[in-house]
Amino acid sequence: MANRRKMRFGIVVFPGSNCDRDVYNSVTRILNQEAVYLWHKDHDLNHCDAVVLPGGFSYGDYLRTGAIARFSPIVQEIIDYAEKGGRVLGICNGFQVLLEIGLLPGAMLRNKSLHFICKFVHVRVENSDTLFTSACRKKEVLKIPIAHNEGNYYIDSEGLKALEGNNQVVFRYASPEGQITEAHNPNGSLNHIAGIVNRRGNVLGLMPHPERASEALLGSEDGKKIFRSMVQAFLD
Amino acid sequence: MREPEVTVGLAGEHGLSTEEYEKILAILGRTPTYTELGIFSVMWSEHCSYKNSLKMLRTLPREGEMLLVKPGEENAGLIDIGGGLAVAFKIESHNHPSAVEPYQGAATGVGGIMRDIFAMGARPIAALDSLRFGDLSDDRVKYLFDGIVRGIGDYGNCLGVPTVAGEVYFDNAYKGNPLVNAMTVGIVRHDRVAHAVAKSPGASVFIIGSSTGRDGIHGATFASEEIGEKSEAKRPHVQVGDPFTEKLIMEATLEIIQSGCAEGVQDMGAAGITSSASEVAAKSNLGIELDLDKAPLREEGMIPYEIMLSESQERMLIIAKSGREDKIKEICDKWEVNRSIFGTITEDGNLRVRWKGNVVADIPAGSLNAGQGAPVYEREAAEPAYLKKVRNDDLSVLPAPENLTGVLERLLTSPNIAKKSWIYEQYDTMVQTNTLQLPGGDAAVIRIEGTSKALAMKTDGNGRFVYLNPRRGAGIAVAESARNVACTGAKPVAITNCLNFGNPYKPDAYWQFKEAVLGIGDACRALATPVTGGNVSFYNENPDGAIYPTPVIGMLGILDDVKKMVTAHFKNPGDIIFLAGENKGEIGGSEYLQIVHHKVSGDCPSLGLPEEKNLQEFLVEAAELGLLQSAHDISEGGLAVALAESCILNSENRPGAITEFSSPIRPDFLIFGEDQSRAILSVKPEKADEIRRLAEKYTVPTAAIGIVTKQPFQIYLNERLILEADINELSKLYESAIEEEMIL
Repeated sequence: MANRRKMRFGIVVFPGSNCDRDVYNSVTRILNQEAVYLWHKDHDLNHCDAVVLPGGFSYGDYLRTGAIARFSPIVQEIIDYAEKGGRVLGICNGFQVLLEIGLLPGAMLRNKSLHFICKFVHVRVENSDTLFTSACRKKEVLKIPIAHNEGNYYIDSEGLKALEGNNQVVFRYASPEGQITEAHNPNGSLNHIAGIVNRRGNVLGLMPHPERASEALLGSEDGKKIFRSMVQAFLD
Repeated sequence: MREPEVTVGLAGEHGLSTEEYEKILAILGRTPTYTELGIFSVMWSEHCSYKNSLKMLRTLPREGEMLLVKPGEENAGLIDIGGGLAVAFKIESHNHPSAVEPYQGAATGVGGIMRDIFAMGARPIAALDSLRFGDLSDDRVKYLFDGIVRGIGDYGNCLGVPTVAGEVYFDNAYKGNPLVNAMTVGIVRHDRVAHAVAKSPGASVFIIGSSTGRDGIHGATFASEEIGEKSEAKRPHVQVGDPFTEKLIMEATLEIIQSGCAEGVQDMGAAGITSSASEVAAKSNLGIELDLDKAPLREEGMIPYEIMLSESQERMLIIAKSGREDKIKEICDKWEVNRSIFGTITEDGNLRVRWKGNVVADIPAGSLNAGQGAPVYEREAAEPAYLKKVRNDDLSVLPAPENLTGVLERLLTSPNIAKKSWIYEQYDTMVQTNTLQLPGGDAAVIRIEGTSKALAMKTDGNGRFVYLNPRRGAGIAVAESARNVACTGAKPVAITNCLNFGNPYKPDAYWQFKEAVLGIGDACRALATPVTGGNVSFYNENPDGAIYPTPVIGMLGILDDVKKMVTAHFKNPGDIIFLAGENKGEIGGSEYLQIVHHKVSGDCPSLGLPEEKNLQEFLVEAAELGLLQSAHDISEGGLAVALAESCILNSENRPGAITEFSSPIRPDFLIFGEDQSRAILSVKPEKADEIRRLAEKYTVPTAAIGIVTKQPFQIYLNERLILEADINELSKLYESAIEEEMIL
């Protein structure tokens, strides 16, 4: 008998998180799943089936994006959870936090334009065999917005080789037709990387905001596919 | 710092006239202390007292069924939108700080207006910004433009409030004195509205948020004088913003209000502790006693004068409900927000300040407050001499350009018309996931969570028109902002306004101000959009002279069903294009006149308010009936630009349009004139008859003028092709103009 229980998302709330409510609304109202907020000072994950680190400015990010978040109690729990195979999704600032705490490799530099950029972009699904992308076709192009100051992904050449070799690059910035070109790389990111997964496949970080692309009224429903993949993986 | 002796001379240095100083002596019955002098000087400054504008502001229509509070009574206007929900909204200027320190000046402007909104218990759901700069080719202007846009973006982005609309004009008139008017819209349940009042003597007064430093002392006074060579030295008067702290205060304040712990809440904006404490006391006919030893300070050795006048950002005054003090502390601690009980509400009506055991100020609070004890003046007004000259300019003798396509290209690359994505892509326009219409169209549309409704919002204010005809130009600002809102299908319901003018002691500047206020009143009465509040910014001058008189209108509209929302871009080839409204060929004050003939001259376009009202009601009903594929207001650049924009704004299909006109008006005036009360509509062919019938019902002259195509873009006049362009080429020009100018 398949598990008919609703999936329970734990959404981490740092004092400067500002996309926590958006993720909450997406997974509850649109995906029809459960969600709970996990306060940054909490010490347990409240029995959730996946953890989402949402976008925002965790602790103001005056030092470096995500740099202070690593010292919060909840982050220690998330590290343990991920090491045991728990599902962790980091969106935008959440991705930056995952890099800071070492759950994902690499680092973020400021956007090449040195400006904050908020707009719809297209990303190509490079790996549809992850628990975050199983609802996507291989090479499918998703229209999802970005909104960040520091999304210019960087990793040393050895690290990059490993990422590419292990198929850990999950999303790449692309044209609406799926072409990978400089003109469609919004922030200067290395190899046009928009999202990566860890070796084990249970931790994903991406700069685009899937929760902002979960309703046709908002301009795109493509982001829903990421949450739907996660729900599918949970039900399986 | 040692306190100097208080004399009439020192009062003069504080910007108080001899007459005002004598009034202070009479109120107190003694010589004021240094702290008291400082308090009077900021509270009686133009910025806080509205002393030279209040009389005129009282002529504005301020009544309406939907208004829940009277203008000026609260931190912001509040209107009922049904379903137990209310919208708080307000616009405010931060011009002077932004002129000397663009990044921080603009950032703290955003911070201030956000606090006004969440002080009422409303969660901010959208921000708008109305900006004016000098000519963009100037390096100093580029520096100001870049800094101001980054300042607005960084602050709002961190706070998690989408910045969704606004407008920007570039004109030499604003060269040394840019305008930064920031507006915030918030939403609150009726039963959770917080008021800027005290109710109970004995109630504890909290100061929460940042500790108080020496920054921004006399910011309000600085805003009450002209910008000159010495302004650079006032850079330290500009406050420094900390959006992360603002985010924490916002969450803490909303939680305090929602948990029923606050009797009153007041933002600490201009004149900081002084104005927030005295305003709350004066409005409530109560007193307030403060103990400055309990105010958290950022710096050593601050004296009461400095503490009372500091404009350190991100602070809030909260009057606790009796017995709820501990809960307030608990909420503040949860959000790691500083909090301290530093005062008490009293019965005697005075603002009393204690420091190190001594009373350092003791003033009847009402004597400080705008509209109560603060002075109110009516200044001398005289029609400026330039008006005769510009009005008598015979524009009909101007040479007509031969290549109208070339003119259209030049207009589309003018920063006043070109795509503003360089600006708004630096703003988070989508956070909160309710933005149904992103920047670039006629107005922003924001869904109201949990309902089928949405709010449409827009700012407008064509300074050039107001310069040529203050009364009618200001009316046009109201009409156009309402038309923008109506183009989305929303019904315009109320405005907030920010009045940016020159030195009120100069009769011609004051005349412009008076006339403009009358014009706003005319239009608001005719369109049934009352004034809920706003802000006046005088002294917008620089060594080269005054800015264009610039009233900025922030319009709010309600869309009952989000599914009925209309956008500005053409949808499908084959759709029929209609022009609603009448072509008059009014070229005065147009962008065309400025770009091609280098003139700001003539009279501004005529404005028939009944016709305008009919057009807007027609647009709203047409949207409701689902007749419209698109609706786009005709403004800067006239018909030709509006038609081109309706093609360009469809970035996925890039359709063209073939239109034809039959008219005796000369071609350039016809297609580039900025005649009011017009809109470009597109409808499916099978709806054409219905739209005609509806237009008749509202007596709006409406004619089919053409058809949406795949390509090309053509305009015919009297059966002759007068303009032809490739829409992809036009798009490139339109989209890259500002970005190219900003590549250093």
